Amino acid sequence: MATKASSASARLMISPAVLLLFMWMIVPLAMTLYFSFLRYNLLQPGDNPFVGWENYYWFVTDPSFKDAMFNTLILVGGVLAITTIGGVILALLLDRPMFGTGIIRIMVIAPFFVMPTVSGLVWKNLFMNPVNGIFGYLSTVFGFEPIDFFGQIPLVSIIFIVSWMWLPFATLILLTAMQSLDQEQLEAAEMDGANWMNRFLFIMLPHLARAITVVILIQTIFLLSVFAEILVTTNGGPGTSTTTLTYLIYVSSLFQFDVGMGSAGGVIAIILANIVAIFLMRMIGKNLDA
Amino acid sequence: MARAVSNKTKIINTVVGGTIGFLIFFPILWIFIVSFKTEEDAIRAPMEVLFSSGWTLDSFAAVQARADYLKHFFNSVIISVGSTLLGLVIAIPAAWSMAFVPTKNTKNVLMWMLSTKMLPPVGVLIPIYLLFRDLGILDSRIGLTIVLMLINLPIIIWMLYTYFKEIPSEILEAARMDGANLREEVLYVLTPMAVPGIASTVLLSIILAWNESFWTIILTSAKAAPLTAFINSFSSPEGLFYAKLSAASIMAIAPILIMGWFSQKQLVRGLTFGAVK
Repeated sequence: MATKASSASARLMISPAVLLLFMWMIVPLAMTLYFSFLRYNLLQPGDNPFVGWENYYWFVTDPSFKDAMFNTLILVGGVLAITTIGGVILALLLDRPMFGTGIIRIMVIAPFFVMPTVSGLVWKNLFMNPVNGIFGYLSTVFGFEPIDFFGQIPLVSIIFIVSWMWLPFATLILLTAMQSLDQEQLEAAEMDGANWMNRFLFIMLPHLARAITVVILIQTIFLLSVFAEILVTTNGGPGTSTTTLTYLIYVSSLFQFDVGMGSAGGVIAIILANIVAIFLMRMIGKNLDA
Repeated sequence: MARAVSNKTKIINTVVGGTIGFLIFFPILWIFIVSFKTEEDAIRAPMEVLFSSGWTLDSFAAVQARADYLKHFFNSVIISVGSTLLGLVIAIPAAWSMAFVPTKNTKNVLMWMLSTKMLPPVGVLIPIYLLFRDLGILDSRIGLTIVLMLINLPIIIWMLYTYFKEIPSEILEAARMDGANLREEVLYVLTPMAVPGIASTVLLSIILAWNESFWTIILTSAKAAPLTAFINSFSSPEGLFYAKLSAASIMAIAPILIMGWFSQKQLVRGLTFGAVK
């Protein structure tokens, strides 16, 4: 069907996009890689000698790197657990017949559209502030000592905020997947005497498996880059208790102006993200054939 | 849905679902309420805040007067709409050619485009920052527009591709038989049919650009700062002025919240790259 002329013009039409994305990917990537092998600090003018793996060595042996990796793992893992499990429960719930479905869905999806800086500041001040926050108020009412969220459990607080923002995403996608489930299959199982638990375990969950995987992979990509929520609430502290890999690189790049170190960290972050990306791409690629 | 459901079950479901929906939505509702209160009322106990008599627009006025909300609002509009339109101009031809003149490489090209999206921003933070500095486009709307366009380009192309795929190619062949050339084909046949898909793509792209909070904060300081960076300036100690923080927050999220509600369905397609339908 495609004539020679049309495929030539088709190539012409796609080339701006390909060129731009190629440059967008390859130029900064090459620069990061190059800088990561230099001793290069913006505060120390002069030569930028090639130092081999030195930056990597210092970045990885810095005690805050271990903390950052740990915090990243806990943050990503915690948010994934909360949003996936919560998302499945909410999707099952919202898939049931009820009045005012539209309104309820609008309420559930809303947090996803709130910009990270707003979520961070609103939760921090209006809810988690031990003196004037609503949580503090509630604990006083019930006779507990108010918790100083960002002093005592800073990482948990951030996990909570980020989960609030991503739960709607998981719910929306799982709900969409839920709606493509064949109702007759469920009814048949019910008639054959399968109770709710069995129907959930052997029909609904396998049907959702693919969507759950997609939710986990996509969220991981985004969660590895959580930044603004930390910036506006804790600035990575107290100490390094909420410093993630992303935040650590941000600090060494734009606060210590250490181009070499920041770049070495950047390369590590890219490798980590790519491990996840490979799995995600494979899932998406499979669907593309269909 | 063949099964009849009794009203009683439906009511129970509604109560449970409504309660959970309300709890999830509550923070947004709460800042909406607080934004109309005075600072003195805003820090009282929740019930007193709710029933305190003073309702005022002062906080909105104060946010505008002290932090120049409108300037940041227009920055957000220009950057998100600009990056979206720029992205469309580049993405529409690309998606069109991949959907209607697929080659054996099309799948690989699509996957590769997607892979650029997997690059963590922090991995290219330094090069982009230095390039921006040397080009003199730090804290400029044009620089930010280009970065956000590039970030969202893979998503825009993917989404358009999935929509274009659904247009039967027989129609294009018919147009060709009637003597339409390529330009006419795209302009008069394809584009009108693709408008709904393009519209949803535009919505999603604007939402993503509006809320992007890494580059918008790092690459701007005063001049080009959009609302994400504007809210960042309320970190401390202004964050303790609850009414003003709430008013600023509401003004920052309201436009996109409303757009988002209209684009719920398309969101799934756009954000999962067609992996969940």
